[in-house]
Order: sequence, then C-alpha cells, then structure tokens
Amino acid sequence: MRLIRVTKRTEPLGWGSVLVFCAALGLSLSLACAALAVQGVAPLRALALLWEGGFGSTWSLEDSLRKAIPIYLCALGVSFTFRMQIWNIGAEGQFALGAIGAAWAVLTFPHLPAVALLPLMMLSAGAAGAFWALIPALTKVRLGVNEIISTLMLNYIGILLLNYLVYGPWRDPAGRGFPMTMEYPAAAQIGMLGGTRLHWGLVLCVVLSGLAWLFLNKTRLGYEIRASGESLRTARYAFMPYGFLVFLVMGICGMLAGWAGFVETSAVAHRLQPSILVGYGYTAIVVAWVARLKIGPMALAAFLLAGLRVGVEVLQLELRVPAAFGHILEGLVLLTVLAGQFFHYYRLRLEWPVRRAEGR
Amino acid sequence: MPIELIIPLLAAAVQSGTPILYATLGEMITEKSGVLNLGVEGMMMVGALSAFWISLATGSPWLGFLMGGVCAAMLAAVHGLVCLGFQGNQVVSGLAVTIFGVGLANYLGTPLVGTQGIGFSKVSLPVLADIPVLGTILFHQDVLVYLSFGLPVLIWAFFRYTSLGLHLRSVGENPVAAATAGLNVIGLRWLGVLLGGFLVGLGGAYLSLAYIHLWTNGLTAGRGWIAVALVIFAFWRPGRAVFGAYLFGGVMAFQLRLQAMGTDIPASILMMLPYALTILVLIASTMTGRGGEAPAALAVNMEPEE
Repeated sequence: MRLIRVTKRTEPLGWGSVLVFCAALGLSLSLACAALAVQGVAPLRALALLWEGGFGSTWSLEDSLRKAIPIYLCALGVSFTFRMQIWNIGAEGQFALGAIGAAWAVLTFPHLPAVALLPLMMLSAGAAGAFWALIPALTKVRLGVNEIISTLMLNYIGILLLNYLVYGPWRDPAGRGFPMTMEYPAAAQIGMLGGTRLHWGLVLCVVLSGLAWLFLNKTRLGYEIRASGESLRTARYAFMPYGFLVFLVMGICGMLAGWAGFVETSAVAHRLQPSILVGYGYTAIVVAWVARLKIGPMALAAFLLAGLRVGVEVLQLELRVPAAFGHILEGLVLLTVLAGQFFHYYRLRLEWPVRRAEGR
Repeated sequence: MPIELIIPLLAAAVQSGTPILYATLGEMITEKSGVLNLGVEGMMMVGALSAFWISLATGSPWLGFLMGGVCAAMLAAVHGLVCLGFQGNQVVSGLAVTIFGVGLANYLGTPLVGTQGIGFSKVSLPVLADIPVLGTILFHQDVLVYLSFGLPVLIWAFFRYTSLGLHLRSVGENPVAAATAGLNVIGLRWLGVLLGGFLVGLGGAYLSLAYIHLWTNGLTAGRGWIAVALVIFAFWRPGRAVFGAYLFGGVMAFQLRLQAMGTDIPASILMMLPYALTILVLIASTMTGRGGEAPAALAVNMEPEE
C-alpha cells in the first residue's frame, strides 16, 4: 500500500525546473543558516549581509563578476569533459598550471611590449593547462587509469608545484620574503574596461562562449562529443574516435582552465602567488553540474556562486564566520540541486490505497 | 639505510597507514554494494572532527572513536539519500559530499584549532612485542591499530562466508537479477553506504585521536582520495588493501622524516610524493589487473520501479 507512485516523465519539465532550482537553493540556504545559528550567528542578518555583499551594490556586483570570470572559464572547460562523462575534477590544477605558464612568459620576457607579451602569456598558459589535462587523458585512454583519481592527484601536485616555484626559484628578491613573484609589468596586465573595475577577461568569456556554442552545435566534432556522451556504445558503433575525443575535450578543458589562471594572475593578482588558489576549479564543477552543462545557465550559475563567495567574504569580515562556510553552502547547493534533478526525469503521483485495490 | 632507521620507519608506516586502511576498507564495502561514494575525504574530516570534539567533551576517547564513525555514516546517508532516493549521479553527489563535509568540519572546527585533545596512546602488547623486529613494528602501537589488524580478515570472511555478504556483493554485480531473486536492492545498498561510511569515519577518527592529538583544519590532507584510489589498487580485496595502506603510510612517514631531518629537497617537492605515487600505483594496478574486478554495477543507479 503505497501512497506515492514514481513514474517516468514523458514531457520535459519546462518552467518547473526553475521552480525546482529555486526550491533547492532555498533549502540549501536555510540549512546553511542553521549551521550559522549553531555557531550563534543571527541567520537573518547573515542572509541580508550575504545578499548585500554579493549583489547589493555596484561595487559588490563588480566583485562578483570579477570572481565569476575564472569560475566560468573553468566551468566551460569542465562541461566539455562532463558532456562525455569524463570525470575530470582537475580544473583546479589546470588553473594553477595556467597561472604558472603565464608567469613563465612574464619572467622570461619581461621587456616585451603588451602586444607580444599578452598573446605569449595566453599561449603558454593555455599550453600548460592543456598539458596538465592531457596527462590523465593519456593514462585513461592508453592504460585505463581512473581519471577521477589522476586528475585529483594532479591538482595536489600542481598546487605544490606553484608553491615550490614561488617559495624557491621564482620568488621576488624584493618581496620581503613573501612567497610571490615580482609584480607584473604593465605590459603583462590585461587592461580594464573603461571606467569600471572589470577587465577584458569578461570579453574573452563572451567570445569563448560563442565559439564553444558554435563548436558544439555546428561542427561534426562537436556533434560527436555530444553523441558519445549520451551513449558510449552508440558512439563506438558509429566508429567515432573515442580516444581522440577524450584527448580533445581534456585538452580544451585544460586550455580554458589555464586561461582562467592567466586571467586571474594578469588582471587581478598582478603576480603569481599561492593565494590565487581558492578552489575556483571545484566551484566550477558545481557550476557546470548545477547548470546541467548548458552555456547560458552556466554563466548565470557562475555569477550566482561567485556572488555567494563574495557574500561569504563579507560574512567573514563582519560576523567572523569561518571561510569554510562557503564550502558548506556550495556543497549543499550541489546536493540539493542534484536531488532535485530527479524531477526532470520522474514524476510522483499520489495514489489512494482504495483506487489501488480496485485497479489491481 | 641502517636497520635502526628502517624499523622505526616501518612502525611509523603502520601507524600512518592505519587511517587509510580503515577508510579503504569502508569504501570497499560501499563499492561492493554497487555504490561509488567519492565523499570519503569529506566523511573522514567529519569523522575526525566529531571524534575529537566528542572525546574532548565526554572525556572518553572510545565514545569519540565510535561517534566519529556514526557521524561519518550520517554524512554517507546524505549520499544515500541523493543517489538511492533521488537517483542522483553518484560521481557528482560524492564530490558534493566531500565539498560539504570538508567545509562543515573546517567550519565547526575553526574554534578548536590548536586545541589539545585526548586520545589513545601506545600500548605494547605483552609477549608479542618482544618478537624481534616484527614486535617493534607491529606491536608497539595504539589499540586502534590492533583493532585494524582484525578488520580485513573480518571483512574478507563477511563477503565470502555469510549470506548477507553474498547478497551485498550480488546487488553490486547485478542489481536487476538480485531484485528478481527477491533481494531488497535499495535496502542492501543503504547498508553498504552506511557501514562503509562508518568505517571511513573510524579512519578519520584515528587521525584526530591517535595520529595527532591536536585539531588542525584540513587534517585529512587527501588521505580520503588516496583511499578511493587504493580500492582500485586492491582490486576490491581486503588483503591487498592492507598492503596498499601501509605502502602509503610508509611514503607519508618517510616524507615527514626527510623534512624533519632538514634535507636540501624543498618541502613542496617532498609533499608531492604520496600524490605522485598514487598515480603510479594506479597505473601499475590497472596495467596488471585491468580493473576487471570492479563490481559490475558500480556507480550505476537502479531505476525506481514503475
């Protein structure tokens, strides 16, 4: 005697998915606020500060957008691999390698003019990120090594490599002992968009989104990526070059995450330092999945989660909430949205025991 | 290297391998039931914090140890709810559990940073400890290490000789056939998730109660992920898990010792060792075993019935 029956959904959920998403977000916010209440923080004041800090003023909106740029670039990359069910969770390490690649260009050719230096930085950042992503691609395709573990381990190694460089050979002698490289010359810095605190990385995001959309929807390779993600067996039947596609999506992801590292060091930090590694690569996974790998919703989700990050920073300052609160929130959003996606595929029907008895 | 350096190193390998062993065995049980739980790192952190906190509050390290397991199992239940209840993607849900669990433990643990805890200290076993070499390595440890010696045997026997163990394995191999045979697939998978989560939590609890008697945020430092890798390395066999865990414990202990001795090798390079070794070990194990021994239905959700 069950009251609830689960049936497969035949028609798409449509606007209901927005409703489900809002419900999930509401649930995770209230759970996170419960965690705050446990620590003796007034939850409503915290919520107000979270909104105020992330989205409440021009200043905070600019901050959120600035943070959204690297998150979005990583998410765009990760979405390529997730589309093929390649579980690349290495965006964080690829981001670190991109930053290292960009720094290498600056430190090797410090006197180049911007027209040469910026493209060179972009090239080396993209190549370094892609290189870091192609290692797990190679071990997966050639040896069958689980990419979840290898990409994750490469995150740790990439972060330690960055630490090694800024504590050792690349440390700025004039930096009073701080682990960081010298400040980048003006030619190595991405310019600002007239009169705002936003930089040209935003334009890069827009251009890359267009290219990604065109690639996925209008080219044969893009079609093959989408098809082999939906069914590996079909793809094999159709003789799609699965191994090549894995290299391709991993390379694209590494390059995009690498560019995120380039943008962040060049436009925001103005140098290579460990504090650029704040988990954008992991947030990107949340973003990609919450948006169900769609480009438009991903941009929105990146902005939203970046805003939450900025809001949490304000909470840290104002109410002394530990930084880890942001991770609680991100984890909860991902969990609730994931559970909510159930309703995309199934519907619940209430069923009265009486009817059931008659029916069967 | 002289013998008087090797023996303490091996003893340290056993000690630092023990939390990884608990976690590996826990994840192994969960995976045998067909559920992939990538939340190990988060569950270990939650286990470590709750064990530390509860033993501090009650004065009983044993209660802390137990509750470390229970609290981690509660976090594993979140994974169970999302994957078994709501058909969520197991990979993504596990990642979310890790993000959430690590965040929660660091959040609640921040006020405790630097606090001295209570825990287990080393007890030499009579007679056994006097065995030359082996006695020093294995039997000058704390009681939780001795407990972990029995665990792989117990789990091996459970899967091999009990009907519950057999049922658990069969829902991981072929859930549809198991359901046809009248087994409660979802119920058994819940058992795998909770029991596995409990053991993972004990691994975390070991870290804060016996390995370090001090709370620091980010205590697990990737050990949970290493445990996930070791399940693959061990081909889902408890015996090989022991070997893998002590190997990693050895590398971690070795790297710490080298740092303490003040070598010329930079610390960041030394700290890469366990992570690099994880990749190498995975390459080695997939090349020999080809991963063919994974439970056939691992990470595959069972559709809710019509």
